[in-house]
Parts: sequence; C-alpha cells; structure tokens
Amino acid sequence: MATSATPGPLQDAPRARPATRRTWTWLGLIPFFVFALAFIFLPVAFLVIGSFQDSHQALTLRNYADLSQPSIVAAFRASIEISLVTAIGGGVFGFLLAYAVIHGGLPSFLRTALMTFSGVASNFAGVPLALAFIFTLGQVGLLTAFLKTNFGIDPYQAGFSLYTKFGLELVYMYFQFPLMVLIIAPAIDGLKRDWREAAENMGASSSQYWRHVALPILMPSILGTVILLFGNAFGAQATAYQLTGGTIGLVPIVIGAQISGDVLHNPGLGYAMAMGMVVIMGISIVIYTMLQRRAERWLR
Amino acid sequence: MTTGPTVGRRTPNAVETVGDQPNKRRRRGGSLWSWLVFVAGFLYFFVPLLATFEFSLRAKPAFAAYTGAFANPHFVSSLAFSFVAGVLTIVVSVVLIVPTAFWVRLRLPRLRPYVEFVTLLPFVIPPVVLVFGLIRVYSRPPLPLTNSELGSNVLLVAAYVVLSLPYMYRAVDTGLRSIDVQSLTEAAQSLGASWLTILWSVIFPNLRVALLSGAFLTLAIVIGEFTIGNFLARPAFGPFLSQLGNDEAYQPAAVSLISFGLTWAAMGMIAFIGRGTRGRIQIVGAH
Repeated sequence: MATSATPGPLQDAPRARPATRRTWTWLGLIPFFVFALAFIFLPVAFLVIGSFQDSHQALTLRNYADLSQPSIVAAFRASIEISLVTAIGGGVFGFLLAYAVIHGGLPSFLRTALMTFSGVASNFAGVPLALAFIFTLGQVGLLTAFLKTNFGIDPYQAGFSLYTKFGLELVYMYFQFPLMVLIIAPAIDGLKRDWREAAENMGASSSQYWRHVALPILMPSILGTVILLFGNAFGAQATAYQLTGGTIGLVPIVIGAQISGDVLHNPGLGYAMAMGMVVIMGISIVIYTMLQRRAERWLR
Repeated sequence: MTTGPTVGRRTPNAVETVGDQPNKRRRRGGSLWSWLVFVAGFLYFFVPLLATFEFSLRAKPAFAAYTGAFANPHFVSSLAFSFVAGVLTIVVSVVLIVPTAFWVRLRLPRLRPYVEFVTLLPFVIPPVVLVFGLIRVYSRPPLPLTNSELGSNVLLVAAYVVLSLPYMYRAVDTGLRSIDVQSLTEAAQSLGASWLTILWSVIFPNLRVALLSGAFLTLAIVIGEFTIGNFLARPAFGPFLSQLGNDEAYQPAAVSLISFGLTWAAMGMIAFIGRGTRGRIQIVGAH
C-alpha cells in the first residue's frame, strides 16, 4: 500500500481513482450500522426518550426523581450489594486460584483443567445453575442432607436459606470466580520470575515482594477485572429469577416484572430504571477499560 | 513451567545458595496453600454438579428422570428450537461481522473505534434492558414484529446476534490482524477475484479458527439463554427448563446436567479447535 513510490508524471492518474472511490467506501459498513441502529440504538433510544416522558408524552424529569422511591432505591441497593460482594469475593478467590495453578507449584495439567473448567463454569449461568444449587443447598439438597446426617447441623434451622441475598451471592460466585480466573490469568502469567528473583536477591521478603512489586503491577488488572465482575453480576437476571422467583427485588427482576406487566404503574419509571442500569454498567465498563489500558503497560 | 525452576535454579546460580534453604521451605509451604485453594475451588465447582446428578437419580425407577425428560416432547422441541436459533445467530453474525471487520481493516481504519464501540455496547446494555427496548419498539406499528411467530423469532435471533457481537468481532478482528489483509486482497484482485470471492475463498479460510470458536461460544450461550427467550415468549430451551424446574421434581436435575454437558461440549470444541494457535480466544459471553 505504501510502496507506490511512483515517479512524477504517473502520480496524478492513480491518485484520481481513490479520490472518487473514497466517497463510497463507507457504503460497506451500512449493513452493520443499519443492524446496530435497528436492534441496539432504536430500542435504547426508545427507553431514553420514554424515561423523559410522562404518561401523556410530555417532557418530564419526574421519572428520574421517582427513582428515589424506597422500593426502587432498595432494588438498586440490593443489586449493587450483591454485585459488589460477589465481585470482591469472586475476585479474591479467583485470583488466589489462578495464582495457585500458575505460580503455586501445582502440576501443570491442573492449570489446563482449571482453565477449561472456568470457561464452562463462567458460561454456566442462569436457570440450570440456579437449579443445581437448589439440588445442593435447597431444603432437601445433597449438601444440606450431608450436613444434617453427618454433623447434626441443619443449615435451615441455623438461619441459612438459599433463597436469600446471601444464598444468591453463593450462587453468583459460581460464575464470578471462574471469570476472574480466565481474565486475570494472563496478567499473572506476565509476572516475570526475574522480578521475584531480583527482589529476593536484594533481600526482599515474600511480603515485601508482594507489597512493592507484584501487587502494584497487578493492581490495575485486579481492580479492572473486579469491576468487570461487578457488571457481570449486575446485569444477570435469569439466575436470580429462577432461584427466588422474584422475591428479592433486584433491579433486573423489577425491570423484568415491568416488561410483563406494568408493576411500577408508570411506564416512564420502568424506562428510567433501565437507564439507571445502563448508566451503572457504562460507568463500570469505562473504569474497566481505563484500568485495563494501564495494566497493559506491564504485559508488553 | 510452574515446577521446573526450583530444581534448575540451584546449581548455576552461586548467589542463590545462600538463600536457598528458606526459599525451598517457602515454596513447599506455597504448594500447600496452593493445594488448599485448588481443592476449595474444585469442591465449589464439583459439588453442585454431583448434587444435581444425585438428585436426578432419586427418581424411581433408576434413570426415570432421564427417560422422562427425553420422552417429554417439549424437551426435544425446545432444544431443537434453541439449536436452530443458535445456528441462525451464528450465520447472521458471521455474515454481518466478517465483511465489516474486513472492510474496516482494509479501507476504513479511522472508523474502527466507532465499530468497536458498537460491538462493545452489549456489555453496557444488559439482556433484560435490550429485550425491554426491543419489545417496546417492535410491538407497535410500523413494525409490529412481536405480533407474529415469525416476527418474534426474527427479534430473538437479532437480539442473540447483538449478544454475540463483542466476542465475534473480537475473534474476527484478532484473526484478521494475524494475516496480511492488504496483500492478500491485492493478490486476489490482481487475479481477477470479486469481493465475494475474496471474502469467501481468501478471508474466510484464514479466519476458520476464530469463527469456529466464536460459533461454539454463541451456540453455548444461545442454548442456555433465558431472559430474552422468556420475554419474547419463545419456546426456547431456557424458558422450558425454567418451567420444568417449577413443575417437576427430578427431571429438571437431569435436564440441567444435560445442559451443562452441552456447555462443556461447546467449550471442549473451542479448546480442540484452538489447540496449537497462539493467543487467547475469548470464551466468555454475557449472562
């Protein structure tokens, strides 16, 4: 492409053609952008416009003010809490797991096994996952029965229930920490052994190595991925729906109920809620992208 | 690569010998916690699957949950429906994304950030919000798609294509990066190939690994998908399993395991296809 070092007299002719063609090249992207317009931008634009309209299509900010209703605040709070807890919990555990198989001295086939397993588990969300946990920790689940017969502990008598926020967090962890493993593994791979050896040669202890070398390098990746996990949990609807049947009013659950029948008794409020969800997801993706860019400095 | 260095490092490096003793102990201690973490992770993965399996066997006579599920006409039909939806999603997604990514790389690199931005939108718009908007827009004139079976199916596949955009585009774009699109295109053009021929006989074969990986991931996601299928009232596998979970005792366990097996098979195929290729293939979709 750059090799067209054509001498003087010929220069004009070839240049003329691209000039006329250039005006038409954008046509090649029309199918893509038409699709995006029809199935992404139009639906979202509808929600945006709807969120600024009252029931008579008049312009209003009322819907956003109404987001402060106690039930909606509670939904956002519950969603954020569950997402935050499972993002941090899944992030910490996923990091330890990934580090264990990469630098922890475990046989290398365990690493391959973990990676494959993580690929499956991070995609094993939704209805079957909720069901699997009901069979595990539901009232007649395997683990519940196991604890009862072998240790004399009845989790449900002790106040545990799978159908609570805590139970839901336990279930979400199943797809959260494998995602952490998948995304953080390349960053951990990027920790060069030389760095550790250099630190040790200079007399650094293990904790000093972590505090001054490894963690500062890994921190953007870890934080970024945790934020991604946050969004991952925040947007999930099927798992919570199947597990609790809507008894825990998370944002996606309330929006789902709003789709089926106007439970909020105000269509505009439903749209505003959807917008709230998009804004939170958007913020987390932006932060993730920024941190990821920072992290890439160390990954060559 | 994880085990070697402790042994190999000792002899050639004289400085090491001083710090060698505590070093070794630390490593062995490290191994212990590594094992602990790994076992915890393994149990977390495995126990729910074991419990599901055990639960599916509680039905009497033996394996009644499985025979019952397969005898259930809705099981087969919903699985077939989701499979077909998945295949259509893959076809549309490939036809939409490959020429776009190709064209951006070849002629419009300055539009790349915009295309990339669009393909990342599904990360920002959760499925429940997407389907919300789709239903509101397409349940009224001029395009009342939700009023007909066909229209609803079109919406379903379109929504699934949207879900597939991030990783399909990433996979294709990474694939294109590894080949010299410019030279290949010019070579093909100088031989008189049309754009269609170039895409079909030059670009496609070079993207086989990327496309197949993306295809299997899409299939896994579509077959397990619940939210969009449910709100569009499609007879898909996710909604079927959800309903079954409310209606039956043991069959859902059997069907959940089968669903897990399908996800596993898809991931196994991706690993199989991707063997020998360098670089990471993204294997995570949206929930």
